[in-house]
Formats: sequence, C-alpha cells, structure tokens
Amino acid sequence: MMLDSILFYFFAALAVGSAILMVTRRNAVHSAVFLISTLLAIAGIFLQLQAEFLFVVQIILYVGGIMVLFVFVIMLVNLDVAVRQMKFNRQSWVAGLLALVLGGLAVVVYRSGGGAFNLMGAPATTMPPNAEQVGTVLFQKYFLPFEIASILLLVAMIGAVVMAKRKI
Amino acid sequence: MLPVSHYIYLSLALFIIGVIGVLTRRNVIIILMSIELILNAVNINLMAFSRMWGSVDGQIFAIFIITDAAAEAAVGLGIIIAFFRNRPTVLADEMDLLKW
Repeated sequence: MMLDSILFYFFAALAVGSAILMVTRRNAVHSAVFLISTLLAIAGIFLQLQAEFLFVVQIILYVGGIMVLFVFVIMLVNLDVAVRQMKFNRQSWVAGLLALVLGGLAVVVYRSGGGAFNLMGAPATTMPPNAEQVGTVLFQKYFLPFEIASILLLVAMIGAVVMAKRKI
Repeated sequence: MLPVSHYIYLSLALFIIGVIGVLTRRNVIIILMSIELILNAVNINLMAFSRMWGSVDGQIFAIFIITDAAAEAAVGLGIIIAFFRNRPTVLADEMDLLKW
C-alpha cells in the first residue's frame, strides 16, 4: 500500500512537472523531449493501475511512433528565427486565466458533488491477466468498433500520403 | 489502490496544462503536442475507473483514443508540412490566409 502511493506520487509529480516545462519551453525540440518524459510517466501510472497492455502500447505507440513523427516534422520545418520570436500569442494572459478558472470550476463541482459521484476505492483484488482479457473483450464485445477503427487508420494513412504530395 | 479522486485530480491538472498550451502558444507543432497531452489526461481517467470497477472496458476505450491520436497526429503533421511548403511559417497567428 505504501509502495503504491510512493509510485503514484513520483509518477504524478514527474508527469505534471514535465508537462509544465513542455508548455513553457521556447525550443520545439525541448518541448518534444519533455512531452516524451510526460508520456513515460503516464505509462508508469498505467502500470501502477495494473493495465500492463496499455503500458506497453503507450510506450511503443506514443513514445516510439507518434513522438518520432513529431521530432521528424520539427526537424523538417524548424526555422532558426522561430527561436527568437515571441512564444506566446497576444491573448495568452486572458486564455491562461480562463483555463485556470475552468480547472477551478471543475474542482469546485467535483468537491461539492460529494457522494453523488459514488467513487469508492477499488476492490483490493488483483485483476486477471490483463492482455488476455483485453484481447477477449476487444474481439468479442467491441469487434465492430475495432473494424471501424481500422477504417479510420486507413483514411488517416491516405490523408497523410495525399498531404505530403509535391503539388497540392 | 489509492482513492480514485487522486487520479481525477492528476488528470485534471494535465488537462488544464494542455488547454493552456493550446490556447497560448504560437508554434503549431507545440499546439499539436498539447492536444496529445489532453488525450493522455483523458486516458488516465479511463484507466482509473476501469481499475475501480474491475473491468477492462475502459482500457478498450483508451485503445480507441490512442488510435484516434495516432490518426490525428499523422494528418495534422501532414497538413503542417503541406502548409509549410506554400508559406514558410509555423506560427498559428500568421496562418491567416482565410482572414478577410
């Protein structure tokens, strides 16, 4: 139980700290590196929640796939002048303040809801073998959404190829 | 397991940081990265509730969200490259071709 909370607070502090650094860094490559750190910390939280399959998917797909794509595009379009330009836009004070108000509102609603949300702690029992169970549920109960997701990926692939063509 | 409220507050913090990133930054690539952060914050919530109820349905939804994020990143970065070829800028407030 003690180890559980130590792990949670460690990964949570790592995730929030690198997320703040990601939003505030000037250089886009530094932002990408801090986002990778955030994603790895979130993967650690998945593991702490006994979701082993999603832990592996998070690392392979996000850190190994999507972030490589991001870094690649940063290398393609990075301008040296962008480092010297203003990094926040003109309405950033209003926007940041409103986002913080949104967060405070969510906290107030959640706390004043009290028992209405019905959030008990978890059952202390361990979950059954995770990857096996995810596979069973995915290919039985959620088979149609799975196929639709494959069509979505096909559409995205064709879209990316068309976007990258020489003349558009 | 810790109470679910811990995970909800963590997810809320990451979500708000992502929203601030989307609303305040000028670099389009960093805006896309903030969107990825928002999607991940949602995934933490789904995972915590999945653990709370002892069922893997939430994890299935997280898989679909990750699929969506991959598709969105591919198409979004393709659009950025196509735009960059026509007009060499990555700043969101200089992409004003449709502004009258």
